[in-house]
Amino acid sequence: MNYDNRFENVTVLGAAGKMGSGILLLTSMEMYDISKKPENKDKNYVLYALDISQKALSGLMLYIQDQLVKQAERKINALRIIYKDRADLIYNGEIIAQYVKEVMNMIRPVTTLESAYESLIIFEAASENPDLKVKMFSQINLNSKVEPWFFTNTSSIPIGHLNKEANLSGRILGVHFYNPPAVQKLVEVIKCNESKPELSEFVSTLIKNMRKIEVPSYDKAGFIGNGHFMRDAIYGMTTMESLRKNMSFSEAVYCVNKVTQDFMIRPMGIFQLIDYVGIDVCQFIMKVMRPYVKDETIHSPLLDKMMDINIKGGQNHDGSQKDGFLKYEKGKITAVYDIDKKEYVKVENILAKCDEFLGTLPQGHLPWKAVVGNKDKNDVLSKYFNAMKSNKSSGSVLALNYMKKSKEIGEKLVSDKVAYTAEDVNTVLLTGFFHAYGPINDFIN
Amino acid sequence: MTLRRKIYMVAGYNTISMGSGRKEFNPKKARPGIEEYMKEAGQAVLKQIGGAKNVDECAVGNFIAAKYNNQGNLEGFFPMIDEGLRYKPAIRTEGACGSGALALATGIKSILAETADVVLVLGIEVQNTVKAVYGADILACAGWAKERKDGHTHFFPGKFSDRAGKYYEKFGYDYTRLGMATWYKNAIENARLCPTAQEYHNTCEDALAVGMTKPNGRSFVDHLNVFDCSKVSDGASGIAIVSEEGLKRCGINPKDAVEVIGIGMAENDITAAPADHTKLDTTAVAVKKALEMAKITKDDIATIELHDCFTIAGILALEAAGFAEYGKGPQFVAEGNTARNGKLPVNTTGGLVGWGHPTGATGVHQAVTIWEQLTGKAGNSQINIPANKPFGLTINMGGDDKTLVSIVYKKN
Repeated sequence: MNYDNRFENVTVLGAAGKMGSGILLLTSMEMYDISKKPENKDKNYVLYALDISQKALSGLMLYIQDQLVKQAERKINALRIIYKDRADLIYNGEIIAQYVKEVMNMIRPVTTLESAYESLIIFEAASENPDLKVKMFSQINLNSKVEPWFFTNTSSIPIGHLNKEANLSGRILGVHFYNPPAVQKLVEVIKCNESKPELSEFVSTLIKNMRKIEVPSYDKAGFIGNGHFMRDAIYGMTTMESLRKNMSFSEAVYCVNKVTQDFMIRPMGIFQLIDYVGIDVCQFIMKVMRPYVKDETIHSPLLDKMMDINIKGGQNHDGSQKDGFLKYEKGKITAVYDIDKKEYVKVENILAKCDEFLGTLPQGHLPWKAVVGNKDKNDVLSKYFNAMKSNKSSGSVLALNYMKKSKEIGEKLVSDKVAYTAEDVNTVLLTGFFHAYGPINDFIN
Repeated sequence: MTLRRKIYMVAGYNTISMGSGRKEFNPKKARPGIEEYMKEAGQAVLKQIGGAKNVDECAVGNFIAAKYNNQGNLEGFFPMIDEGLRYKPAIRTEGACGSGALALATGIKSILAETADVVLVLGIEVQNTVKAVYGADILACAGWAKERKDGHTHFFPGKFSDRAGKYYEKFGYDYTRLGMATWYKNAIENARLCPTAQEYHNTCEDALAVGMTKPNGRSFVDHLNVFDCSKVSDGASGIAIVSEEGLKRCGINPKDAVEVIGIGMAENDITAAPADHTKLDTTAVAVKKALEMAKITKDDIATIELHDCFTIAGILALEAAGFAEYGKGPQFVAEGNTARNGKLPVNTTGGLVGWGHPTGATGVHQAVTIWEQLTGKAGNSQINIPANKPFGLTINMGGDDKTLVSIVYKKN
């Protein structure tokens, strides 16, 4: 069966979720492109959007339509060529509407797993629960006559585990998109020992067609992205605890967040990132990783405490951040949670003390936005981190230690055979986390 | 042909050209519509001419509010501008991006016909109601509808990309591109001096380098980059066209007026492709007629406002009007002749690329800019008008060199 034919019947599990909806969108666009090839004109393409809630599916269909309009607006040049022989489609608006109509016509919102029994490809983006994934895969696999290929979006569960428990004979591959899939370029691809090579080949073509960047990872819980992020976050929380000896909880959180954002020139500080991903999600990923990591404790008591008082972070539907360690108003951090007082403390009330403690930013500092797209990025960063080395402020010292730890984490991912190369680790942080530089660098040697 | 009556323009006014580039522009927030723009420009002119009681007729140039704003019958907005305009005659003109100068022509004809001594003329377009990808369909109405299907996504950039491509073939890419990039640089530098210009807030340090950006057919069109293009703009301009009697009636000092001494209009077949893509034939005819009527030569002109809907269009217009030899336009521009301190300052407030291009308003905006320059009211944009060259010229174009109006103005 060739690449195109395998797309004739596809299911996305957990399609109404944040990751599922993005994967559904990308898949539907790829299926449309395939359906428009002359050799495929007599074939029929079906894409099941499977989720448990009818209400969520209704919302999903509206979301997909809106997104398709935006995507069509972007690729209108190509669409005008595709429809060049349709005399009735003249204006851009008509062509965009036709594209959306045809893509939507392939998508079937469904709530029962039976719909997936004839699918040749199963994309799975259900919640990060190993038992649930195994249960769905087993059921589909048992009832299917077409030996489907399973592509799971898990960000932490070993693929070998899912393969074995669901008895998939190697017809499974980890295809980990980053959030939101429609925008993020990075896709981590994880094969287990049993994964059939034709799945990897297929996914490489798909990722290329989606104009995304593929980074392979070994089948080790957490893979590269979360493998780095979870350890980085634990270090951030440990550093914060050590600062608490001399300052309040909210001051310590604010300081570490500022060090990791401003001093280290990252797109957001570590506590904001934990909030962005979700305190609940981080806690869950750590839990999934823990049994597979023998020489470290992947656990944060602080996250447990936050969950106990029901502070979870995460994002609203429009992508804005929900309150977590930090409080957000119109995208800005306005307050910091104090776990002792059980309330948010306004930034303006702690700012002066924190800034005095951290000291000024080293010479040559530029905000992340000005660095990330800068042609002379390496020069800028090299000068800046050199200045940091001779700057004795607490902020600089904390940042340098953090940089060292981040590098150590990255190098351990390679030596532990989570990542194939140091370059892969850097690519994940650069493209999946939008860092301006990879953690494995020579800036701080 | 000569003008049988003295004709003046007075009391010009431009609103801000609103759109991307302006700091206050936010596509997600509600913005003023046709009503507000017409009111602002109309009332500003009326204030300078002693009020609506002095107005005999009204004219408004607008390309296509019926599509951008679901609004036709724009004449009906004049009495909204001022109660005193109720029951006075009003007319709307349409000739695509040349609509504004057609409104000026209508005003001039009314003065000549002696049906009016004071005509209030406005130009208006509000385009930011739709995304550019849909706006392209609307603007395509300036071409032949039957060509739309085979045309480019961005229909008019596609048309002028074809022209640029042919020009590159004939005269070389690098040579032409340097001229186009210099055009862009001049436009931005001039716009930065004019508070109503859309690129007024532009802070780019090296506009020439930006203008040199290599075109990318995958993301846009084959032979133009986005900086070669005029802006998508909301805006209105207004001016009064008056006779000698009108001047007196409005109590305007003759020094605050410019005289219209020549007008050339020309039309070409909208269904026909250009005979030669590297030339703007209709533009050449219109300018020749205007200069002949004015009985002056191109060498007498101190400044021009011309229709640079694309940088290449600006260069082709310079050649068509005879200011640069055929094939020498890019060199003429690259050598600095059209810069504000050059031999022939062109588009001194930024033109369509820098000031903005609210399509139906552009022809009126050009007249207002010449009026400002010749009466010393151009503020920071003011250039020196040599005593031996007291003349200005406008060239307003509708479609791809189809509907042309060129006007010659004399300092009073």
